Amino acid sequence: MVNVDQSEDSAPTGIVRQNTAIWRVILKKYGIITAFIVLCAVLSVMSPYFLTTQNILNVLRQSSINGILAIGVSFVILTGGIDLSVGSVVALAGIIGASFATTSPVAGIAGAPYPAVLAILVGLVVGLCVGTVSGTVVARFKVPSFVVTLGMLSSVRGLTMLYTDGKPVPSLTPSFRWMGTSTVLGIPVPIFILLFVFAISWWVLTKTRYGRYIYAVGGNPRAASTSGINVRSIRRSVYMISGVTAGLAGLLLSARTGSGLTQAGISYELDAIAAVVIGGTSLSGGVGSVTGTLVGTLIIAVMNNGLDLLGVDSNYQQFIKGLMIVFAVLIDTSRQKEAE
Amino acid sequence: MSSVEGAQSQSGWLLEVFGLQKSFGGVAALTDGRFRLKSGSVHALCGGNGAGKSTFLKIVMGIYQRDAGTVRIRGHDVSFTEPAGALAAGISIIEQELSPIPGMTIAENIFLGREPVNRFGWVDFAAMNRSAKLLLDELGFDIQVSTEMHELTVAQIQLVEIAKALSRDADILIMDEPTSAVGEKEAEHLFAVIRRLKARGKGIIYVSHRLTEVFDIADTYTVLRDGRFVAEGAIADIDRNTLIRHIVGRELTDEFVKANTPQPRTVLRLTNLSRPGKLANIEFDLRAGEILGIYGLMGAGRTEILECLFGLDTDWTGTVEINGKVVKIGSVRDAMKAQLALVTEDRKRSGLIMGASVLQNLSLAILPRLTWLLNIVNRKVEGRLALEAIARFRIKAATEHMSVSTLSGGNQQKVVMGKWHLTLPSVLLLDEPTRGVDVGAKREIYALMSEFAQEGGAIVMVSSEAEEVLGMSDRIIVIRNGRMAGQLDRDDATQAALLNLAT
Repeated sequence: MVNVDQSEDSAPTGIVRQNTAIWRVILKKYGIITAFIVLCAVLSVMSPYFLTTQNILNVLRQSSINGILAIGVSFVILTGGIDLSVGSVVALAGIIGASFATTSPVAGIAGAPYPAVLAILVGLVVGLCVGTVSGTVVARFKVPSFVVTLGMLSSVRGLTMLYTDGKPVPSLTPSFRWMGTSTVLGIPVPIFILLFVFAISWWVLTKTRYGRYIYAVGGNPRAASTSGINVRSIRRSVYMISGVTAGLAGLLLSARTGSGLTQAGISYELDAIAAVVIGGTSLSGGVGSVTGTLVGTLIIAVMNNGLDLLGVDSNYQQFIKGLMIVFAVLIDTSRQKEAE
Repeated sequence: MSSVEGAQSQSGWLLEVFGLQKSFGGVAALTDGRFRLKSGSVHALCGGNGAGKSTFLKIVMGIYQRDAGTVRIRGHDVSFTEPAGALAAGISIIEQELSPIPGMTIAENIFLGREPVNRFGWVDFAAMNRSAKLLLDELGFDIQVSTEMHELTVAQIQLVEIAKALSRDADILIMDEPTSAVGEKEAEHLFAVIRRLKARGKGIIYVSHRLTEVFDIADTYTVLRDGRFVAEGAIADIDRNTLIRHIVGRELTDEFVKANTPQPRTVLRLTNLSRPGKLANIEFDLRAGEILGIYGLMGAGRTEILECLFGLDTDWTGTVEINGKVVKIGSVRDAMKAQLALVTEDRKRSGLIMGASVLQNLSLAILPRLTWLLNIVNRKVEGRLALEAIARFRIKAATEHMSVSTLSGGNQQKVVMGKWHLTLPSVLLLDEPTRGVDVGAKREIYALMSEFAQEGGAIVMVSSEAEEVLGMSDRIIVIRNGRMAGQLDRDDATQAALLNLAT
């Protein structure tokens, strides 16, 4: 029996193992936030303008669209999938929503402008529909999500062009534009929308059964289905969520720019995925959080902003963002090796 | 067959091993490994789980380094630091789990890493296909060498592996459970190939739990038990029961904990379970407080029975009655509703979410019960239940929030059992409940099983370890080729009886 106990959990190795585990947990949990704080500290020293209210609100507003997209994509990535179609959904939902809210007699659909609420609802439903298609194909027919959403990226962009014959939808109603351009209590509305999406997502993922199931499906789909979880419907649902958030981001973009553009949102999916990955969510699924995604979004935004303030060439921004993505995945990979 | 063996001279061992020792972290896996192989013979390496067979083979193949002992090939001492050395010395292994490259052709797989090239350095496919064809012809294997591997059956892949070994001029071929995943007809073909190889003077080390096969194909045998050499000799001079006694060696000690007694009430009645291609006419009754063992060889259909019962496989016919009522099981949820629970064979693949915490794993199957308004998980109740399960199942974890990946195998297994225990099942289906678990944790798992049955629960336990089946079951069903080969009461069951029925 003594031997057995040793092989099970010998005291010294147990403690060592635990210490490193705790250290790793801290790094894993707070590493990204620490990096964010350090980045902010450095920038505030280097540029006096950085910590002004004006600049902070500016950064937050700029990151709101990418943040909303990234939060939606987080759901998909947590189940071990990927959604490459969000950039195209931004354009489609943005332009269809815009066509309900335009005062231009040629660009809008018959009877436009409709109330902003209806335009928004239509845009969200568009996103939901795209997500439902992707989700169904992925979950039901087991086609790799990369392929399905890559196809959707192209098809949805094509639909966008077809919808308006490649023309923009200008002259949106002030009530529709409100969510993109106004402020409440001095804070831009998009920031509130981002925080609202974040709060709901955080709550769903951490507090509800559905959230747990998302992690379980991403962590080990076989164990999840053996535990009585309907893996297929969970898988389908995350693409629907990603579709809706992408739709929302598209509406927001149209509202901010004042018109629906067929070229909107091109390569937005890459920034969204970057934010998720930098935020510590594992591309293999089951590990990560929307808090991480939010911080990842902010890191990208702050870095862009900081480099702008310092007058650094925007090509460097691209370059650094690329390094950050690889570095974030590197950390994730070593973590997985550790877990084995 | 044995005349070949007898006629050869005393010297001239193809492979000779003695005094082989190996331990892992202070635990001895092999304390006295001995083995002698003559060319032109098939030598069966026998032993139960943990006898040291695979450690022995891995040392011979240069995968593990020995602590002590001698390995000689044709009288010369050898010591391989890596498999390449063993391959160069003419030893090849056909492993139990084959890993071909599915998208490549047979010829490409045979010559992988040793592709013949022409003078420009390009792969000479014509020459490669020609050589491959010659090899396959020698084996009497009639198939196009340009066939891609994924189109082959397991038995055919094995033949390709044998061809690969021959292409390396191997004199010693190790076959580790070659028939564990092939049908009877294919096995016959394999045996014909083995006899052909023998006639060509190759020495074959044949590892198999299936004694019928051993008596069919082998000339000589060596038995290892608990890492020690026990016996060797000619197959012609030994009978099956003696061989079994050598393999088992000892009486069952008190490593099992069993205090349950079956009650008269029938909890589960399975009639006429058939699964096309896998199972036919499986039937049993299960009483409250009873532990029913299901024994059989790998691939006999043991796991499949549990998968059908638990709704993981829905392509079956038959009737399941729970407490006298017929229930339809078309999904895992149906099974859970019928108060069944399944602890799967492979906890890492299908039992646990490895990245998640002990608590999250424990509560995974009961979340519907723990949620209220808006699907919010009641953390308080969840935490309380998890702590109860940790206490009851004596799970050794610093906190319930630790990741299960940091736990030992035994504790991980207890987490899976705890997870299912929380669903309050009346029937617990256990598939290899102690696989990869050390002796101490095994005993604890047995105690938990016994406890569960004592409280009126019923258990169906699938296991490939005969000792475990004998030690824990009140009744045993033996499955062979997807059919019931027999049923034994605890008092009549012996290891010999089990093996006889299973093979």
